[in-house]
Amino acid sequence: MGEPLLTSLPAAAGPAVVTVAPAWAVAVVAVLGALALAAAALDGVLSARSASAGGALGAAGRPLGEASRLLRQRRRTTVQADTLLWRTGGAGLLVAAALMLAVVPLGRWTVADLAVGVVWFNAMDVMVWALVWLVGWGANSAHALVGGYRFLAHGLGYELPLMFALVAPAIAAGSLNVGAVAAAQDGLWFAAWMPVAFLVYLLGVAGFSVWGPFAPALGTDVAGGVRAELSGVDRLVLETGRYALLAAGAAFAVPMFLGGGAGPLLPDWAWTLVKTLAVLALLVWARRRLPALRPDLFMEIGWLVLLPAALVQDLLVAVVTVWRS
Amino acid sequence: MLVDIAFVALGVVAVLSGAAVFVVDSMARATYALAVSFVAVGVQVLFLQQSYVGVVVILMMVMEMAVMAVYMVMFMGMNPALMPMSMVHSNRTAVATAVLTFLLLAAGILVVDWPARRGSPPPEVTEALGEALMGPQMLVMAVISPVMVATIVAGVVLAAPRTRYDRFGDDLRQRPPDDPQPGGVGR
Repeated sequence: MGEPLLTSLPAAAGPAVVTVAPAWAVAVVAVLGALALAAAALDGVLSARSASAGGALGAAGRPLGEASRLLRQRRRTTVQADTLLWRTGGAGLLVAAALMLAVVPLGRWTVADLAVGVVWFNAMDVMVWALVWLVGWGANSAHALVGGYRFLAHGLGYELPLMFALVAPAIAAGSLNVGAVAAAQDGLWFAAWMPVAFLVYLLGVAGFSVWGPFAPALGTDVAGGVRAELSGVDRLVLETGRYALLAAGAAFAVPMFLGGGAGPLLPDWAWTLVKTLAVLALLVWARRRLPALRPDLFMEIGWLVLLPAALVQDLLVAVVTVWRS
Repeated sequence: MLVDIAFVALGVVAVLSGAAVFVVDSMARATYALAVSFVAVGVQVLFLQQSYVGVVVILMMVMEMAVMAVYMVMFMGMNPALMPMSMVHSNRTAVATAVLTFLLLAAGILVVDWPARRGSPPPEVTEALGEALMGPQMLVMAVISPVMVATIVAGVVLAAPRTRYDRFGDDLRQRPPDDPQPGGVGR
């Protein structure tokens, strides 16, 4: 992206977030990769524990073994597949996750200090709608397409509550800039006084990562759904993309709800990472603890329970913000 | 210089992917070619320093295209758009209309006496945009919004073939309601 995207903050916005050189985008991808690997390792350990098989060390390395197995596996081709859209969808998930993470400040440093970082994150998570459906469409396979539709049905249910959950911290901070939202939480984290928005946000992260309760799009009842026809490196890219989205969502929760880099003893970048890993671990752990949400039933839960809850939360936050100013 | 080249390149991408909508033979490709075109325009708006409008264009258009792809595949013609199909109809009329419209608009661009810039953009364009949209017109917005919601609800009610008597029985006492698709909160 060019320079015009980076709008400097007004001086009143608190401790300045320093924009680092664009070349540090490589570091963003490296951090994303490390977080995704950590999430996959934790999932491996939890899987082994629930199956009570193998030691923790071997289980943590299982994602790497799975990755090398997939890299050696032959790519499956299907009749009249729309290869362009199919591959775009799979690889796009990783790109969307990296673009999400680009606006998250690591302590004081950020790669892209967008004036509208919160909306940017939202735009990237909407991108996932298109990408997952494209993976389902591209294979020219009925089960994969059913999976794609399941994801879109979930999306219709979780997206609006997620959007309104993101509105709450932005109202309280009076800014759409991620650094300014983090800086507005000195003393009291937003997660503490807007818990509904935080919970809805976490549910939304699981939603756009096709994770846990939102995994029916990949369900075994439809032969793997979206990934029914994916094998080899394509499957690896999709799985990495899901973990990367989960990691990016966890990282974005830190400046939005968990006070950014604020914390005792450790430097602010270390706190950002620690909090990110904690949220990520919670999301990975929750996968086995929550039941799958059927797309048709979740629609009503999203619109009749989550959306009004998020709106009431926004109203409360707006009233408190007006009252305090 | 680099920014200018990128801006022009985005314009070329927008036009070419817009044209691709009518060239490709698959509903999904046409829909997402349109999405690429919109995203390119959205990034161009970002280059014009209107970051909020630019990002919202990308957000809304990608979402809209994702939903549109579903409806296009579902409702398009005799074959449900799962097979290759042509993206054009009434070809000659359409081409003539498009060419004429283009000439008209291009002539407008060249003929109009563009005003010189007065003043400079405020430091917070997003805030200024919100003030301009919602500040003096707040009353209008507050009146229009309920009317629009009422219109949408009324439209859906009128279009839905099933009434509450179908759901709750003739005496409206049947619980749970008889729905072809049960809801998630057990109403």
